[in-house]
Amino acid sequence: MLRDEDRIFTNLYGFEHWGLDAARKRGDWDNTKAILDQAPTAIIDEMKASGLRGRGGAGFPTGVKWSFMPQDDKKDGRPSYLVVNADEGEPGTCKDRDMMRHDPHKLVEGCLIAGYAMRAEAAYIYIRGEFHHEANILEAAIAEAYEAGLIGKNACGSGYDFDVIVHRGAGAYICGEEMALIESLEGKKGQPRLKPPFPAGMGVWGCPTTVNNVESIAVVPTILRRGASWFTSFGRENNHGTKVFCISGHVNKPCNVEESMSIPLRELIETHAGGVRGGWDNLLAIIPGGASVPLLPKSICDTVLMDFDALREQKSGLGTAAVIVMDKSADVVKAIARLSQFYKHESCGQCTPCREGTGWMWRVMERLVTGEARAEEIDMLLEVTYQVEGHTICALGDAAAWPIQGLIRHFRPELERRILERSPAAAA
Amino acid sequence: MSARTPAPKELQPASFAFTSKNLDTAKAIIARYPPRREASAVMPLLDLAQRQHDGWLPRAAMDHVAELLQMAPIRVYEVATFYTMYNLAPVGRHHIQVCTTTPCWLRGSTDIAAACMQRLGIGFGETTADGQFTLSEVECLGACVNAPMIQVNDDYYEDLTPESTTAVLDALAKGEQPKTGPQNSRNTSEPEGGRTTLLDAKEDA
Repeated sequence: MLRDEDRIFTNLYGFEHWGLDAARKRGDWDNTKAILDQAPTAIIDEMKASGLRGRGGAGFPTGVKWSFMPQDDKKDGRPSYLVVNADEGEPGTCKDRDMMRHDPHKLVEGCLIAGYAMRAEAAYIYIRGEFHHEANILEAAIAEAYEAGLIGKNACGSGYDFDVIVHRGAGAYICGEEMALIESLEGKKGQPRLKPPFPAGMGVWGCPTTVNNVESIAVVPTILRRGASWFTSFGRENNHGTKVFCISGHVNKPCNVEESMSIPLRELIETHAGGVRGGWDNLLAIIPGGASVPLLPKSICDTVLMDFDALREQKSGLGTAAVIVMDKSADVVKAIARLSQFYKHESCGQCTPCREGTGWMWRVMERLVTGEARAEEIDMLLEVTYQVEGHTICALGDAAAWPIQGLIRHFRPELERRILERSPAAAA
Repeated sequence: MSARTPAPKELQPASFAFTSKNLDTAKAIIARYPPRREASAVMPLLDLAQRQHDGWLPRAAMDHVAELLQMAPIRVYEVATFYTMYNLAPVGRHHIQVCTTTPCWLRGSTDIAAACMQRLGIGFGETTADGQFTLSEVECLGACVNAPMIQVNDDYYEDLTPESTTAVLDALAKGEQPKTGPQNSRNTSEPEGGRTTLLDAKEDA
């Protein structure tokens, strides 16, 4: 188990105040100028060495992403921007919320350092509109940082000018997709743009932009203070660091907790979430990384490690590390059908395979819940998921397809059983 | 996606304008974005307008925002109808939004929804006759380890049971402000009954 002194988010549960004085006592803003005295490329190299992979779901190496931004000698007069994705909406995920309401200064300081490393002029933090109080706290923390000279003109006495601005969303899951988020920040509907051009070349307002998850940015100051080798001492090769996990569903004590990457899933749940309701043997399935990733049956959950590569080997993913647990009382077909309804609701409507496909898949899923289907429709549904996956501008189509693929992969007998029970002829 | 259209004509006010205080706020919001990028302020301005106008957004408010930002009105209508937090028709004083997405559903959101319907005597998408409550079904609100939960206007009520849900609604009906956050004994997102990490942290908040 990760030791408390190695935890980054020491105020995850909000026992201490979020404000600047308390944050300084927790080690935030401690001689930030010394970090900013390094060359931007040195900071990027250290982040690459830390092995930090993006915490928003895709797991792209953060340092490498920053290196795509134009450094001073490559600038063409356009300003550069850091955009922080705080549009946390992936079902099961509620970690960024805790960071922003309880430890906002980690995020603000991270914005300054990341912004400096990528030669950005300002950071825009795009927070989901429902997080009204969290956004208020974040804005108050930013005001404190301006007041103390930590950001703004000559931030931390470094000679570097940097602004941090909060932008509130208004209830669209799709804005968690980076290109939709950029469109939304420009004042439009959140409909993703095609890539290329990538944001580092042409992002918000046509300027070089990097979009990072809240957690990816909030861990930056601690990594740079304690060193890349400290961060790489946790987790397996290529999956280093600590991670905030969100454990929800059928556990005795749902919670958020920061743990080491690559922790066994079973240990994570039994140590921190009070175990599965009714004991581990009462486990049916787990969605290990937020609604978009395929579920895993108990047999895999018994031994799987919680990191990007281990979960990919099991045809699932770490995603946002939102662990949704289902015990044997759960109707697993209904649980996935409800996710299909979610994706149907949140599809932006731009690409036909997603706009039409999400509704179509949901309707079939609802019939599979009651068994009101024919056996061959299972394969037809699977085929349609492959028609949607990979055929849309953004990954929402993929995210709608994957949970259904996981269900059919691991629970086909359950689907067939329901069809048979309802109508023996239809199962033939 | 679902179609969202403005309220019928008979509900639409003839005009809308920001109060002078809100106009100042609007100008401060516009200043957050680079020059000539005023359109970026459309979302916060629509939110400001909705708050000024009893929680819903009439077409006149969209036109007012369009004029202020020098945007074509259609571009503002597009934004207002795309994002679900803009209420396009009148809502009750307390907008009860029940999350029913899978993590909340696994923890009993169906019973929470039923408790709301029973207490208020209305279904999803309806408003009580006295205009006090509107009930909506919403997608994941990002408080999944505190499921099941509801949002009432800007506040989250978490770790609900049907009984505590009814108690929250009773308090709101009486004009009281119930305690927000978890409705059981725990603090924020820690495991109930005592945390397993950060054991040295002292409670001072």
